[in-house]
Amino acid sequence: MTPIVPKEEQKMKVSELVEKAGLVVFAGETAVANEVTGGYVSDLLSDVMANAREGDIWITLQSHMNTIAVASLKDLAAVLLVNGIVPSAEVIARANDEGIVVLGTGEAAFSITGKIYPLI
Amino acid sequence: MVKLRYEIEGGNFDLAGTASSQVKKVLKQLNISQLLIKKIVVALYESEVNVVAHAYKGHIEVEIHPERVDMKITDEGPGIPDVESAMKAGFSTASQKVREMGFGAGMGLPNIKKNTDYLKIETVVGKGTTLTMTKKLDYAT
Repeated sequence: MTPIVPKEEQKMKVSELVEKAGLVVFAGETAVANEVTGGYVSDLLSDVMANAREGDIWITLQSHMNTIAVASLKDLAAVLLVNGIVPSAEVIARANDEGIVVLGTGEAAFSITGKIYPLI
Repeated sequence: MVKLRYEIEGGNFDLAGTASSQVKKVLKQLNISQLLIKKIVVALYESEVNVVAHAYKGHIEVEIHPERVDMKITDEGPGIPDVESAMKAGFSTASQKVREMGFGAGMGLPNIKKNTDYLKIETVVGKGTTLTMTKKLDYAT
């Protein structure tokens, strides 16, 4: 029989994902306690605006100012930049100002999504 | 009624979303439901990006009434020669540079229509475009 785990204990925090998936934290360290409730993979901003949900981790290669704007408007839990992309100092500063967690990985979107998916 | 107005600078992608973000803050302060705020924010952000991507300058006016939010986005720009095509998902006239940033997927106007209850597009080629849209604050939905 599967043990019943209380919902509270099932919550995945950004900080736990960082640890378990070996991610880099570029910005928004103050918000790493954000709960991750899902994920969305896309490089089209309008697609993310239309289809991502609050609490999602957004996996993308878009690392400019509007990535931060979209993440903020959609109340996303974090942005995860793939393929070793490093955001500019300006983007990091904006993310820190707005309390948006920006993470990074050397892996491509497909493989990191596969790693993160079973953790959420 | 609460009235808001924000200027939009054409071509400045670093600032795109600023006006939408300000409106979102006010809507939250007014205790408007999360679901309705999300829809309004999508429509406003897409409109704001359209002005940044295509026009020289513009502004957003928002009127928050107890039962609805009226939004008007006015720009000075090239106008839309073919509104019918522009409303189709996937149709875009955005530049290569804009597309590389992840915009210009031809989802803007369809996203706006989907997230509002009323949308009117008035456009004059060579002069500019005005979008008038309304979101009903219908808490039954």
